[in-house]
Amino acid sequence: MSIDAMTEIRASFFVECEELMESLHDALAILDAGDGTDETVNVVFRAVHSIKGGAGAFGLDALVGFAHRLETVLDELRAGRLDPTPGAVRLFFQAADMLHDHIRAAQSQDAPPPTGEDVLRALEGLMQAAPQAEPEAVDFTPTGLSFDPMLPQWTTPPGTSEWTIRFRPHAGLYRSGNEALLILRALAGLGDTHTTCIVPPALALDPATAEQPQLGWIITLTGDVSEADIREIFDFVTDVCDLDISPADDAADGSATDGVAAAMASPDAIPFRLAPDSIVAAANHDDPPATSPGVGEAGLAPELQPPPAPSNAAAPAPAQPASPKAEPDAAAATIRVDLDRVDRLVNLVGELVINQAMLAQSVTEAGMAENTAVMNGLEEFMMLTRDIQDGVMMIRAQPVKPLFQRMARIVREASTGVAKQVRLRTEGDQTEVDKTVIERLSDPLTHMIRNSVDHGIETPARRLAAGKPAEGVITLSASHRAGRVLIEICDDGAGIDRARVRDIAVARGLIAADAQLTEAEVDNLLFLPGFSTASQVSALSGRGVGMDVVKRAITALGGRVAIASEPGVGTKFSISLPLTLAVLDGMVVRVADQTLVVPLSSIVETATLTPQAIRRIGRSAEVLHIRGDLVPLFDLGARLGFRQARAAGDRVVILTTQEDGGRAALIVDAIMEQRQVVIKGLSRNYGRVPGVAAATILGDGKVALILDPSDLTRSSPQTAIDAIPLAG
Amino acid sequence: MTENLSTAAQEIELLAFRLGEQEYCLDIMSVREIRGWTSATPLPFSPAHVKGVINLRGTVLPVIDLAVRLGMPPVRADERNVIIVVSVNGHTAGLLVDAVSDILSIATDQLQPPPDLAGDLESSCISALTLVGQRLIRVLQLGAVLPARPAEAA
Repeated sequence: MSIDAMTEIRASFFVECEELMESLHDALAILDAGDGTDETVNVVFRAVHSIKGGAGAFGLDALVGFAHRLETVLDELRAGRLDPTPGAVRLFFQAADMLHDHIRAAQSQDAPPPTGEDVLRALEGLMQAAPQAEPEAVDFTPTGLSFDPMLPQWTTPPGTSEWTIRFRPHAGLYRSGNEALLILRALAGLGDTHTTCIVPPALALDPATAEQPQLGWIITLTGDVSEADIREIFDFVTDVCDLDISPADDAADGSATDGVAAAMASPDAIPFRLAPDSIVAAANHDDPPATSPGVGEAGLAPELQPPPAPSNAAAPAPAQPASPKAEPDAAAATIRVDLDRVDRLVNLVGELVINQAMLAQSVTEAGMAENTAVMNGLEEFMMLTRDIQDGVMMIRAQPVKPLFQRMARIVREASTGVAKQVRLRTEGDQTEVDKTVIERLSDPLTHMIRNSVDHGIETPARRLAAGKPAEGVITLSASHRAGRVLIEICDDGAGIDRARVRDIAVARGLIAADAQLTEAEVDNLLFLPGFSTASQVSALSGRGVGMDVVKRAITALGGRVAIASEPGVGTKFSISLPLTLAVLDGMVVRVADQTLVVPLSSIVETATLTPQAIRRIGRSAEVLHIRGDLVPLFDLGARLGFRQARAAGDRVVILTTQEDGGRAALIVDAIMEQRQVVIKGLSRNYGRVPGVAAATILGDGKVALILDPSDLTRSSPQTAIDAIPLAG
Repeated sequence: MTENLSTAAQEIELLAFRLGEQEYCLDIMSVREIRGWTSATPLPFSPAHVKGVINLRGTVLPVIDLAVRLGMPPVRADERNVIIVVSVNGHTAGLLVDAVSDILSIATDQLQPPPDLAGDLESSCISALTLVGQRLIRVLQLGAVLPARPAEAA
């Protein structure tokens, strides 16, 4: 196999791992909520098991090792020997996080993460506490834990244990590249084996059903082996075969006979039966080296296990699902597409939108009457274009669920770090947002969640004293609202201590000591650079980032952050984001005969400019006096170098918000319209232009610049503006 | 024919165009297309020779007034002028010139290095000179006239 093909398979393994981790987290969340069923536990087990299987194929030993130990404990859970108590589920969550770390490390080919041993030990400790632990677990238990009482039950004297193994492969076993013969040989390597092949009475060697396994085996194994040793051989095939391992003396008891009776009663439902000519069949298939008709006829259960699912039992020839994905509850079919292709499509649709706008404009200019065929066709075209645009944007859209799941981990880790009990509740995690937005949201959201745990939620003692449950709840929700995505982080903590916030802001010189601030204004002080309320630097703070960084990151995405807090009840941060970064809501304005676009997200309000409202400061600086506020005033045309000084006459002023929370007023000649524009990069062919975020193409086919008001009104670029002569 | 390659000079094809009274040319392999003049959207804070940006089928294309870049009076922007769209190293730009005049096949040994005019802005933009009949053709050093690429790939 070529290196490339191998790399590709490896890459798809890691993609699959992400999917498995997602279902693992989902199932753990269900268990955590106390709604777990056997199937939920199975999902958890299967996910870990599949990860282990894949990792084994790539020789990722550290990952296999970790997954194996986790799987061992999960097996106890699956067997019902371990209860999914809240404590246990919390440990499983931690183990899942570490499994994720291991996957990440394997993916980036880093050294495996050192963490995990304590959690694994704790998990295995649970297993020890359970009444029937597997002897294998003994290896991993730290000395000091009491496991002696369990030992006599399992440690049979060497050389005397005898096992009956009933093994019947499904089609999936062969399909996944495993081979029953090799498994039988491996069993023979453990000790003395007597193998009986079970052949259905009407064995038809028909090419049409050649891929459907018909044979099964009953193996009696004698030797110094534990059940775990045997299970290990079947490690990678447990979900693609019927397997039953029992001590030999159990096999001959009444239950097995009952099985025979059941088999006789409903022969159709039974995949296969014992056949006297099993030796011949086995010999013909060149399979097990040693066979014994005696064991086969000793009244062993004809079926190795009950049929796995009712639907399968109903079918005359039980077809086994090839993989867990083929199961009924599997997600809708998906394909993996190179992101470049999607982006190309997004670009082309952008062209289409522009083209359609141009066409519409020229048709209107041509004086076409309403309700003509051309106009009607054009209208339909516009609708189709919009649908295509929405559809293409949806391809890039992804549910926020993986992001939210990462946040659950942040909450777990952060709350442990500060000894608080915090639970993360998520809502609307199927809400879809552009992939790029999700990627760039991860850091600010992480910080806000940490912040909520660190500053929002109180310590258990204080919560109890306030009459709240000891466990705090952070609710993370996502929803679509008015063409934007609304993400809310809501905690049920103490709320913002406004008096303290005010004191700190005064102490840091951020506000004057006698400043009159509304509650909302006090809350917004949190977003100022250099503000941090943590009076002691915890493990969580001290990262050197404050809410100002969060706000800047959100603003860079075209988003807004709002804060609402009620003392004693909690604090809510709301983030409003555009659905995509490919289009932008903008206000189209005219300045000095140029058309420009101001992002709507940065506009606070628009107003008519009156000469009385302008106050001069010094030689050239001007401020706008609006409703008691003084806002720096800029003439957009002069600022951009399109004209020397502004001409007389009534103008419109646009108030914008800055990244740092401040405001600025821009004078424009006229506001044309408000519309969605397709963002076109400027820097690829030219480079960055100060004050300009990007460009777009308007309906007339002309390029219009999209302004970056924060950059434009920053105080520093003045020198750069003056130094360079104006464009012709 | 093939054995002559080593002795006979290779020929390159050049697109010749007029800038005022002078004639320039550039390697035809870097020319993407030639299109009529459309008014450009001016870019703030840009050097004088950057005319602005135009829409080239959805791509935002910077346009350079080549005459200003070479220190001559600006090209009068009207319908007779053309924009030569060139692409160098995946970097696309439009060059505003007076008119396209010719496509020339010139043997490489006919190209002379430009005289050393130290300190002259435009000399760095000329890679070679050649005579076609009585016409002096200046071969443009394309990389030198295109706008400087940003250091950061933002």
